[in-house]
Amino acid sequence: MAFLFAILIAFILYPILRVLWIALSDETGNLTLIHFLNFFRRPLFREALGNTLVSGLLVVVFSGLISLPLAYIIARYEFRGKILLQTAATLPLVIPPFVGAVALQLILGRSGMVNLLLMRWFDMTIPFMEGLTGVVLVQTLHFFPFILLNTVVSLSNIDPSMEEMAQNMGCHGFRLFRRITLPLMLPGFIAGSLLTFIRAIDDLGTPLMLNYKNLLAPQAYLRITTVGMDDVDGYVVCVVLVVLSLISLLAARKYLGLAEYATVQRSAPVTRRLHGKKLLLVWLLCGAILGVSLLPHIGILLLSFSKVWSFTLLPTAYTLGNFAEILFRAPHFIKNTLLYTLLAAGLDIILGAAIAFLLLRSRLAGRNLLDAIATLPLAIPGVVLAVGYLRVFHGWDFPGLGAPLTSSWVILVVAYTMRRLPYTVRASYAALQQVHVNLEESAQSLGANRLKTFAKVTLPLISGGLVAGGLIGFVTSCVELASTIMLVPRIELGPISYGIYIYMQSPLGRGAGAALGVVAILLVSLGTYLTHRIFGGRAGNAFRI
Amino acid sequence: MQPAEVRLDGIGKSYGEQWAVRGVNLHIRRGEFFTFLGPSGCGKTTLLRIIAGFVFPDEGTIYLDGQPMNHVPPWRRNVGLVFQNYALWPHMTVFENVAFGLRERKVAPSEIERRVMETLKQVDLQGTENRRPSQLSGGQQQRVAVARTLVIQPRLLLLDEPLSNLDAKLRIDMRIELLKLQRDLGLTTIYVTHDQEEALALSTRIAVMNGGRVVQESTPRQIYEQPANEFVAAFVGKANLFSGKVLQADPRVIEVQTEDNLVIRVASSASAKLPERGDEVLLSVRPEAMEIRAAGTEPTGANQLTGHVAASAYQGSFVEYEIQLAGRVLKTYTINPKGRALFQRGQGVVVIFAADDVVIVRSDGE
Repeated sequence: MAFLFAILIAFILYPILRVLWIALSDETGNLTLIHFLNFFRRPLFREALGNTLVSGLLVVVFSGLISLPLAYIIARYEFRGKILLQTAATLPLVIPPFVGAVALQLILGRSGMVNLLLMRWFDMTIPFMEGLTGVVLVQTLHFFPFILLNTVVSLSNIDPSMEEMAQNMGCHGFRLFRRITLPLMLPGFIAGSLLTFIRAIDDLGTPLMLNYKNLLAPQAYLRITTVGMDDVDGYVVCVVLVVLSLISLLAARKYLGLAEYATVQRSAPVTRRLHGKKLLLVWLLCGAILGVSLLPHIGILLLSFSKVWSFTLLPTAYTLGNFAEILFRAPHFIKNTLLYTLLAAGLDIILGAAIAFLLLRSRLAGRNLLDAIATLPLAIPGVVLAVGYLRVFHGWDFPGLGAPLTSSWVILVVAYTMRRLPYTVRASYAALQQVHVNLEESAQSLGANRLKTFAKVTLPLISGGLVAGGLIGFVTSCVELASTIMLVPRIELGPISYGIYIYMQSPLGRGAGAALGVVAILLVSLGTYLTHRIFGGRAGNAFRI
Repeated sequence: MQPAEVRLDGIGKSYGEQWAVRGVNLHIRRGEFFTFLGPSGCGKTTLLRIIAGFVFPDEGTIYLDGQPMNHVPPWRRNVGLVFQNYALWPHMTVFENVAFGLRERKVAPSEIERRVMETLKQVDLQGTENRRPSQLSGGQQQRVAVARTLVIQPRLLLLDEPLSNLDAKLRIDMRIELLKLQRDLGLTTIYVTHDQEEALALSTRIAVMNGGRVVQESTPRQIYEQPANEFVAAFVGKANLFSGKVLQADPRVIEVQTEDNLVIRVASSASAKLPERGDEVLLSVRPEAMEIRAAGTEPTGANQLTGHVAASAYQGSFVEYEIQLAGRVLKTYTINPKGRALFQRGQGVVVIFAADDVVIVRSDGE
């Protein structure tokens, strides 16, 4: 327990508090709010805050608009091709948003496919990808599945007798939806929206790739990396980001708590079969969604095989050279990614299981505090954690390493481990909750000691949950950019996400960057597929915290 | 509103290859308390859902007050329903839950207020109207569910195992409450349960169901005392079943030789049609019809079988004995003998029962 506390305090709580302290103190070490006043006095920051809120809200609103009808169709109807719709709903999850941003530039950007066609046919262009619009578009396409999955889960959790009872009372059709279905699914929907909001304001990669800097996350990044580590404004921006995320997270947890109250006691909800005109309509809708959510994948795949692609509809020359580049000339990106993320996932499984075990099976004082700290990373944007690490671990030799932690690749493993810890804690907690204490007590009364009981009864029963939690950690770490670009000590120590970012900086490197993007998509797809295999139909639950 | 009558005419419903119910013909009269009784999977809930309108039958016609209802949606049937899990809406207060049906019927707000309060009083729930369902006990939730249904003055009340989520003692109290309420209101009620005691206690008539079919439709007494077949005899109450061949059949008495070579005398009134000599028959005797005496007692009854006590379980109001005969075990209930000693395990005894207490039932094979 003390060991766990030490780790969590050293790598989560203390770095965050340092950031907070710098933002809240003056040169003499007294508490002050002067930096925050300055923040709100500067039009640039006011604008960044406004833009962040607006873009976050717009992403949530648009995602909600896409998700609501889709969720209803998935949860309530059976029809041929439903599996396609469900697949389409998970596709955006496998492509990192900043990779998607590049791909969408090629298709919807100023000189992308669509605008070239528009130019040719109608002599006009539509600025899909300019400024905030681009950020909102990319983020919506990437994040809507989170709301969708949450909504589907809440919808299918509604006890069918709740609706049948209302029908029996004379209520039906849209009125039934408004008076019974909607209120019952709303908590889950709102929780999903809030979690999406957190992810949207946390996303550093998309604005950087689209070169739109006036949002909080890129501002924090730019302040620290260009102005310097001692620039107070960077820390203030970080604190504002944390506050926004924390409020959203707390609200989300409250709503998720509310969502539990109406869950099923009886069999699965009744689904109806779709026929005729309605089926056609649903197919059209699915086709449209599938098409749009596949755009980034298509773009990135084309780019990865292209030799020359500029100001033309499709690449003008194809090559395998991009893959040769990343597999043979610079293989370290892939190797590093596998090393870092697998290490982090392994550590997360161990830490997550230990924390979950303490939470559920011990009466030690302080275990709830442990839980709170372990959950905190959900509300800590990657940029902020990275800033904290730079502040705390820079400039002194870490014991056993002989160098500052920030000059070693270990810092990336630490960052990934801590950022994804909440996932494994939740997954292990949920798995362990399923194991009734009686199962363990029976083993003990039959002569197995604590250790044997854990090894022979508990562990086999929770291993599925542990692995699933680890896989989610692995998948999300693979495409983690925000903390990565701040913490990579040297270019050859960078993982895939860093490689993509670096390659994408030059027009000549874009092909290789795209090839790395394809590798990232494959890794994430594999991880997601395995998670689905383990979680089965309840994969949606993995994305609810 | 006048209570409804219900007629089911050749109702059948299949899910894929499997028939959930088939060939059901029933007539439920105005004001009846009618129970569908059967094990899980017998089709009783499907039948209830067909009447409520959540399931449309594949075969046959359902009539409410003479009107065919096959494709009328649930919201146009004016039929009240109480679910096993109550299905109270968690996002509404008790008042809102109960008022829901009235609001759907566009009743004036002042009238809603009056009727909701009146109904809550009727089920003894005054003062809970502003609480949420989750703040109520199981018994209170159950009464809210009943109030919510009664307030719309349905022409028919459907109850789907409404007592099975309550603990044993409360279940028995609520049973009596429900009985009084239904008899007072004179509301036609259809009740679904797998609990035979509940069915016997509450119903005016019972349809025992098995495998999607109605196997016996009768009053509680007849169901218990004259089970139509082996399934009913075994499912409703406990029964000692004997299969055997008719040795002799005349208008005074029927003698049956059982497989284990016992001879049992059956009153000839036990069967509508006198069986023939050599017929294969199945006999049923209820445990409480069997009297136990110490071995060596003078013969007094039509049937007496000797054996010894294999097990005894003291139940308070009665004692349950298992009597080991030469080839089988009999189950018997003896009313608490008060001052007298109980029979001991291993003690030799005679089991006595009258010819009137033996019932000839159809075996399930036929």
